[in-house]
Amino acid sequence: MKVLVPIKRVIDYNVKVRVKADNSNVDLANVKMAINPFCEIAVEEAVRLKEAGIATEVIAVSIGNKSCQEQLRTALALGADRAIQIETDESLDSINVAKLLQKIVEEEQPQLVILGKQSIDSDNNQTGQMLAALTGMSQGTFASAVSIDGDKVNVTREVDSGLQTLALTLPAIVTTDLRLNEPRYASLPNIMKAKRKPLVVKAAADFGIDLTARTNLIKVTPPAERKAGIIVESIDELVEKLKNEAKVIS
Amino acid sequence: MSILVFAEHDNSELKADTLKTVAAAQAIGGDIHLLVAGHNCQAIAEAASKVNGVSKVLVADNAAYEHQLAENVSLLVTELAADYSHIMATALTTGKNFMPRVAALLDVTQISDIIAVESSDTFVRPIYAGNAIATVQSLDSKKVITVRSTGFDAVATDGNAEIIALDKVTDAGISSYVSEQLSVSERPELGAASVIISGGRGMQNGENFKLLDGIADKLGAAIGASRAAVDAGFVPNDMQVGQTGKIVAPDLYIAVGISGAIQHLAGMKDSKVIVAINKDAEAPIFQVADYGLVADLFDALPELESKL
Ligand SMILES: Cc1cc2nc3c(=O)[nH]c(=O)nc-3n(C[C@H](O)[C@H](O)[C@H](O)COP(=O)(O)OP(=O)(O)OC[C@H]3O[C@@H](n4cnc5c(N)ncnc54)[C@H](O)[C@@H]3O)c2cc1C
Repeated sequence: MKVLVPIKRVIDYNVKVRVKADNSNVDLANVKMAINPFCEIAVEEAVRLKEAGIATEVIAVSIGNKSCQEQLRTALALGADRAIQIETDESLDSINVAKLLQKIVEEEQPQLVILGKQSIDSDNNQTGQMLAALTGMSQGTFASAVSIDGDKVNVTREVDSGLQTLALTLPAIVTTDLRLNEPRYASLPNIMKAKRKPLVVKAAADFGIDLTARTNLIKVTPPAERKAGIIVESIDELVEKLKNEAKVIS
Repeated sequence: MSILVFAEHDNSELKADTLKTVAAAQAIGGDIHLLVAGHNCQAIAEAASKVNGVSKVLVADNAAYEHQLAENVSLLVTELAADYSHIMATALTTGKNFMPRVAALLDVTQISDIIAVESSDTFVRPIYAGNAIATVQSLDSKKVITVRSTGFDAVATDGNAEIIALDKVTDAGISSYVSEQLSVSERPELGAASVIISGGRGMQNGENFKLLDGIADKLGAAIGASRAAVDAGFVPNDMQVGQTGKIVAPDLYIAVGISGAIQHLAGMKDSKVIVAINKDAEAPIFQVADYGLVADLFDALPELESKL
């Protein structure tokens, strides 16, 4: 079966983003970018399914300008077989991202689509679920275990109260949580090999979808600063402060 | 305007977060209805009818909704949506799971995790792990919104809404519940606790988390953890606090053996008072702590327990 893995280029998770002085957005100029960590987990899971002889082909897809080819090459170096870039300079709302991905699903007919549960820039946590709805597929979000069982996939999900396991009829959508796997490092030979793997570019405008923005970003501001605290010298001092100054314990 | 709010529950208890999501709905303004979707959930309906500011409680009590499968609940909510300008749910794992499906079925984008309401179409939400705060206007005709409960104060529960049973059943038939492994604890839930004590990688193993128990007992606290502590298997996943775990804002948050990575801070830096205990004076957690103690946690925790 084919596995489709949509991925996103985002700020590196170690970088603390700054807000632009004019409050129009965050400042991404000269900031280190990387594959979204949850997307990397998605690629790893797909590659493991291929190594287990379950997946026949792993296709990575990303929506963005030319720079997202870098992340597609990362996915290829991790073991994806081919890549598709849907080219656009716009930053699209999730519903429009999901509609573009729906077209790729219609073209490729994957049995499984694995996405990250959220991207660490917009923190929306919605594209996978939207794609599932648009394609009429079942969904297993926040997955910490995935196992294919005939025409079904069992997905164990990280939920507020613990873990929940669902059986989903294929084709299905899975979104990854942190503990699904630990992605491998791409080896140098695989990075070289990835350069020769197929990567096709399609223009977002050619899909015949109305990609009009659904949101208007009015402003972006830095979060409220916490006022500086103090270092206490002892447990006695800590307890005294919590009782008498902060008044949070009695 | 009329607003449909999804009641967060587990068929046995209406979660207090619902009261905060209703507060967010009140900030938008309009007639507010609560939807209770579940199975054998009459007690939830009763509790929901007491929530202030709610005029009607719609109850969909059917086996198809027992586990609140996204495929089934999203069909139900989408059918009901015709009568509402806003559809809202708490940004917990149930709402996060089915709400974007509703949005897609209605052909709108979702505004996730709002922490404030500016107007009926403009909302405030954290992005980039809370390192930036965005004010976003929704241009869609219907608004599908999830609410971060730490942004709102709970409404009271002395109301008296009308309860209406729905007989609609929407079963997509493409997913089914297999099993669950629930964490059982006598302690308050992380989202509801006024005091939280969390352990990180510095705790070294799961056994050492017992050092937090006595303190949690004395303070009536919930126990949380960093991602590193969960990944290492010290404690279960539902204890993870952070950008991609639970978002909390208690009166007192005590971080023990936690370095203070941005992803952890994203989940707790709106706490009223933060205490950090770490042996590394340079740890970034001290930058957000009101009270920092540079100490070995294996000395500090027993002493703290004895002095409370
Ligand atoms: C996509 C993504 C999402 C993430 N989401 C989350 C999230 O939701 N929540 C989260 O927490 N993290 C999250 N992380 C992980 C985060 O980046 C950090 O790796 C993690 O928070 C570190 O946990 P820690 O502070 O326990 O461990 P460490 O960073 O290893 O810190 C351990 C601390 O313990 C101290 N220590 C050690 N021994 C002692 C002792 N005896 N006494 C006192 N102090 C001691 C050390 O000085 C150190 O500061 C995420 C990461 C990514 C990439």
